Amino acid sequence: MNVWIAIGVTALGCYVVKLVGLLVPAGVLERPLVRRLAALLPVALLAALTAQQAFADGRVLVLDAKAAGLAAAAVALVLRAPFLVVVAAAVAVTAGVRAMTG
Amino acid sequence: MTSAGSGLTLPQTCALSLLVFTGASQFALVGALAAGGNPLTAAAGAFFLGVRNAFYGLRLSQLLALPRAVRPFAAQWVIDETTVVALAQPTRRSARIGFAITGLTLYVLWNLTTLLGGLGAEAIGDTDAWGLDAAGPAVFLALLAPMLTSGVERAVAGLAVVLGLGLLPVLPAGVPVLVAALAAPAVLCAQGRRGARNGKSDGKGADR
Repeated sequence: MNVWIAIGVTALGCYVVKLVGLLVPAGVLERPLVRRLAALLPVALLAALTAQQAFADGRVLVLDAKAAGLAAAAVALVLRAPFLVVVAAAVAVTAGVRAMTG
Repeated sequence: MTSAGSGLTLPQTCALSLLVFTGASQFALVGALAAGGNPLTAAAGAFFLGVRNAFYGLRLSQLLALPRAVRPFAAQWVIDETTVVALAQPTRRSARIGFAITGLTLYVLWNLTTLLGGLGAEAIGDTDAWGLDAAGPAVFLALLAPMLTSGVERAVAGLAVVLGLGLLPVLPAGVPVLVAALAAPAVLCAQGRRGARNGKSDGKGADR
């Protein structure tokens, strides 16, 4: 039962948070500073999420094969490779490094 | 998927994907519950991870200009992936289409894979051995790269990485990402101050 309560609270909370962002009045967004900030916030969030997914295991910082995979993705991006190639490069290099290092 | 292996029943796992539909929050909730955490504490952690969707919504509402009646339905699809796809579109029309298609595809696939994963969790085997866990950060990196158009964006991204990683071991799950979001106002503020010092006397160099 407790698990269902947790699921319910999480579902409601996550939905309300999503809705709030959409419902903020358009007038607020007309201000240049807010507009600039709203454009930069996804950059900050994505950068932090990328780093955490690549260099952290739970709450512990790690440097493993994923770092090599991410580096491969970065190289592919610099070379203007298509989206799927970028992701495939990361997956292949990560798997390769893992296979070599055991 | 992972939740099936951590003590949640199949209906509970599917309900999570259907109702929460924010991967990071789902994993956080499942992880905290599996670790024997209090349900409300677990929900709080998942909630903090979901707060970033509000910032996405902020950006999306001006981009998509959705009618008020549609917003409660669109809200459920406000997540990392739909935001990034919508932001990458050149026009409002294509942004709306991108948001709707990404939202629908992900929602269907996410819930379908949850069901399949829950049914055959053991059959899948060790996805890490195939390097599939590197796909997540690679996708984010590929989505982030086109946004780094100027020094300001790069400064924000750099500061966010430092904050996100540096605070990870000391703060509860989900909170470091929120603190990293402060990189945006911080860089804007620093930029504004520098603009003011460089002669423009209006004192709000960031307002452009």
